[in-house]
Amino acid sequence: MKTARSTRIPGAAVHAPKRAEQREPGVWQRFAQQWDYQSMILPSILFLIIFSYIPMWGVLLAFKEYDLFAGFAASPWVGTLHFRMFFESPEFWLIMRNTICISLLKLAVGFPAPIVLALMLNEVANMAFKRVVQTITYIPHFISWVVVSGLVFSMLAVDGGAVNGLLLQLSLIDRPVNWLSVPEYFWAILVSAGVWKEIGFGSIVYLAAIAGIDPALYEAASLDGASRFKQIFLITIPSIAPVIIIFLILGVGNILHAGFEDILLLTQNLNNGILMPYAEVIDTYVYQMGIINQRYSYATATGLFKSVISVLLLLIANYTARKLGKASLW
Amino acid sequence: MKLNVYDRTLRAAIYVLLVLLSFLTFYPFWNSLVISFNTGSDTSLGGVTFWPREFTLENYRIVFQEDAIFQAYLITILRTAAGTVLSMFFTALFAYGLSKRGIVFKKFYMILCVITMYFSGGLIPYFVLVYQMKLYDTFAFLVIHGMISVYNMIIFRTFFAELPDGLEESARIDGCSNYGVFFRIVLPVSGPVVATLSLFTAVGLWNDWFTPAVFINDPNLIPLQTMLVQIINAGTTATLVSNLNSYAQSMVQNTVTVKALQMATMMVATLPILLVYPFLQKYFVKGALVGSLKE
Repeated sequence: MKTARSTRIPGAAVHAPKRAEQREPGVWQRFAQQWDYQSMILPSILFLIIFSYIPMWGVLLAFKEYDLFAGFAASPWVGTLHFRMFFESPEFWLIMRNTICISLLKLAVGFPAPIVLALMLNEVANMAFKRVVQTITYIPHFISWVVVSGLVFSMLAVDGGAVNGLLLQLSLIDRPVNWLSVPEYFWAILVSAGVWKEIGFGSIVYLAAIAGIDPALYEAASLDGASRFKQIFLITIPSIAPVIIIFLILGVGNILHAGFEDILLLTQNLNNGILMPYAEVIDTYVYQMGIINQRYSYATATGLFKSVISVLLLLIANYTARKLGKASLW
Repeated sequence: MKLNVYDRTLRAAIYVLLVLLSFLTFYPFWNSLVISFNTGSDTSLGGVTFWPREFTLENYRIVFQEDAIFQAYLITILRTAAGTVLSMFFTALFAYGLSKRGIVFKKFYMILCVITMYFSGGLIPYFVLVYQMKLYDTFAFLVIHGMISVYNMIIFRTFFAELPDGLEESARIDGCSNYGVFFRIVLPVSGPVVATLSLFTAVGLWNDWFTPAVFINDPNLIPLQTMLVQIINAGTTATLVSNLNSYAQSMVQNTVTVKALQMATMMVATLPILLVYPFLQKYFVKGALVGSLKE
């Protein structure tokens, strides 16, 4: 229950003035009266304007031929030249394929994985066991991708890597495989590493949603003779469906965000040239072109293309979800 | 509750899967720890899995002796500490101001904030801005990068808005200014939120290797995670050997390998997080929920 607040803020609009003839103070007058509070807000607003809004205006770089030393104003306009160059570049289709495929793979595997884990954890009756599993599976979320990539390299190493060791012991392979230098394996490695890192932490939200389900539903179902397996599908999953859908919408909006840190780090080992046909996505391309090759305008155009499509996808996904009548972000 | 055969099979399968998952999560850490305590030359023979075969502290001795790594560690600690304190201070103050009713331009401020959550100029315009502001290659930039988090602000604001009015009123009657109320009353009672958001902010800063990689050139300002990328990246091993003196010497003695050094540095970079983790677990689960359900 919200109760009316009694704390009167200086300068807040007062609707019951002591004297009826007293005029309400103007905006700037009120602003001055609440200067204390305004002075708490304004430094942060200024920060956001400088570090978030000025770069937004900076996307106009995409339509200019930017020269870092001449500055923004002195650089000549070139229209959509950089966009056309990107669309016509030989890498375009490769990058689009990689971006979309990696994203879809991540969504297809990485999205349901925490849900499955949460459903499994929910079936565990032994609280101590449950807590141990949770504690262990949460840890990788807090470890940097740098270290995770180091762990991946170490596990997949040709000389003494655990994966090769195990497969050799089981006689599934007859000599060590250099997993990271085979481009075709890269997607699988990338997606697995991502799932490994986030499955535990991702399950927190779903576990919370499951905890909110009315236990009476389960009692009724088991009286009707439903097995635990059936209860999972008929009660648990439908009950947490709204949460699932909201996260799915967010995932779809991110479809052009195939990953950046993880790809950059996992390809950084020996042979990133070899992996390129499978590993280059829009974000790594922007980094490569912009920061490494210093083609600022071209990279900005590429990044802008990505942002525009992403926002459109988010809008479409949200619209679809609302039409289905389940849940929506807005 | 009575379980039939199917349920019991299901439960058994789930336990097996969870044990397997825990092992898969835990083993890479354990294996790296083991390798970091094993003689490098012995590790390269293969087969070091659960325990060190030739125990040594040599790898760690090199890591701690190496000036460059030590300097990187120092930068990481300073950046994380300063960045977290500043970010919490300004974000909380910001949220407190916005949690008050009747603030002029409040809606405008909120719209400004929310837009930044969905749109950004992208990497290149940001890079250009930082460069033009002469913040490129400065420690100050490492600290203020991402200082105001709108996401954290919203979590703070929700918390502040639910504080009882009487709390602040009584302080004001006792003669506290608005700032006094914030620092002496509001902030102390916000312990759990501050702890959670500090944890996330600190972990983010500690783990961030990319910002320094792009915006820092001076080797004295490179944090540990960024240096770790160079150490893991086998392509730069040659440079590494020439840069790291004691490492080069040990290579000559042929007991330490690149991999042993990688693992030891990885453990050193990760240890602080693993140490605070058990103490903060109860906070972050709650914090993760506050954060995600807001979406």
